[in-house]
Amino acid sequence: MSSASQLALISRRSVSRTFRQPVLVVPVILFPLILLAVNAAGLASVTELPGFPTDRYINFAIVVCFVQGALFAAITAGTELASDIQSGFADRLALTPARRWAVLAGATAGGASIAVFGSVIYLAIGVIFGVQFDTGALGALVLLALAIYTALAFAGIGAWLAVATGSPQAVQGVFPLLFVLLFLSTMNLPLDFIQKQWFRTIAEWNPLSYLIDGMRGLVIGGWDAATLLPAIAVATAIMFITFAGAARSLRRRVQRT
Amino acid sequence: MSGSTWSVAMAVLRRVMIQTFKNPAIIIPSLAFPLVFLVAFAGGLSTVADVPGFSFKGGYTAFQFVFVFLQMAAFGGIFTGYRIAEDYESGFVRRLLIAAPRSRGIIIGFVLSGLARFALTGVLLWAIALLAGMTVLGSPLQIAAIWLLAALLCIASTLWVAGLAFRFQSVDIGSFMQTPIFVLLFLAPVYVPLALLTGWLKIAASANPITAILDASRGFISGEQTKVALAFGLAALLTLLMALWAALQLRRAQRGVA
Repeated sequence: MSSASQLALISRRSVSRTFRQPVLVVPVILFPLILLAVNAAGLASVTELPGFPTDRYINFAIVVCFVQGALFAAITAGTELASDIQSGFADRLALTPARRWAVLAGATAGGASIAVFGSVIYLAIGVIFGVQFDTGALGALVLLALAIYTALAFAGIGAWLAVATGSPQAVQGVFPLLFVLLFLSTMNLPLDFIQKQWFRTIAEWNPLSYLIDGMRGLVIGGWDAATLLPAIAVATAIMFITFAGAARSLRRRVQRT
Repeated sequence: MSGSTWSVAMAVLRRVMIQTFKNPAIIIPSLAFPLVFLVAFAGGLSTVADVPGFSFKGGYTAFQFVFVFLQMAAFGGIFTGYRIAEDYESGFVRRLLIAAPRSRGIIIGFVLSGLARFALTGVLLWAIALLAGMTVLGSPLQIAAIWLLAALLCIASTLWVAGLAFRFQSVDIGSFMQTPIFVLLFLAPVYVPLALLTGWLKIAASANPITAILDASRGFISGEQTKVALAFGLAALLTLLMALWAALQLRRAQRGVA
């Protein structure tokens, strides 16, 4: 069996298993949209600050949904893979000729697919509620592609955690940390508008700020390689580091078994 | 309150407190989440204080602190609800319902443990905020009033989740415990005062009982009292309604055991 066929088989199992559990799908769709609704209405008045880049806060806030969805994807993907490890399914899979990368990528496909599904919904809801793209329809498509790429990269975080710990509880325990990272980014205000220096420094070094700013640039500000390329670079770096780490941990785990 | 009700309540409280202190991981989320919100809102959004029309004497940190403190009170109740649900799954609550001479004491014990947990984390949150330089213009009596409002909110949320735990008897109901409270809290004027809200959120916030409690607490911390009677009235009403809900569900659970 070719590697592509192995990947397709494992992915199909992961996707169908994930979508059969509404408890895994509903929060990914609902929570980012609730936060968007509350923030877009609650922080609408900040657009009156001189120099704020848009006059509608929803244009500014919409991209946070995509990053939040990707974070949920990371945890879902990790939890599902850790469950497979805990139940012994991953060990049985290791006895087959399946390639390690196909096992990892396939097992995290469920989480990543929820994020893809969520991204399409966030975009549709955004458009319905009047989000305007300075980069036009092409910008909206690039945003969708970047969101999906980010979700795939974040699935690597979940995969690495799952293989390293083998415990769904441990993977879920990391979610608050990722959530903290999101809140310490430029999710609510542009970097220039953050007054507290310590917060600004954290936001400046926070990789999520680059992802948010890159996506946001497509909605407000127009085509700008200076924000888009760092976002792609950050997502790529996360993907390579985490999947490489996961592959190494999986090799060790298989050797132990 | 009869002696047996009190002894049951104390036994439940003692058990929950021992569990909490033996396992600090139980208490960490109750403190960590509000702290994250305080850092993110007071630190990251301090520019909001420059929005035209925004005037709050205590500064933006105090403005946000009050919301986070009330949130901590409400979530103190939710974490207690998880405890009850876990105790149900382990069979402990069923045994307790059979053994306790006054089942009312079980609810009172869980409410007291929710309050104790909130008091512990609340003191820590105040200490951290004051060390970080938060301005408090209210008198000691006004600060006590904030604590009292928060305590009522904690009792109401504990009773809400206790009722859910008695009804569904499973930890699977966890998200249903926190989501209504989370939504109710965030449908209040979190980032800016009610006057600066517009659209659907202004309508929702105006009808939300948490808004009056939040406004009164913000008034206390800045030394400018507002909506005091309304806030205490609504907090007491919420507590009373939740007490009825919890008592009904407890009776239902008792019938299931008998």
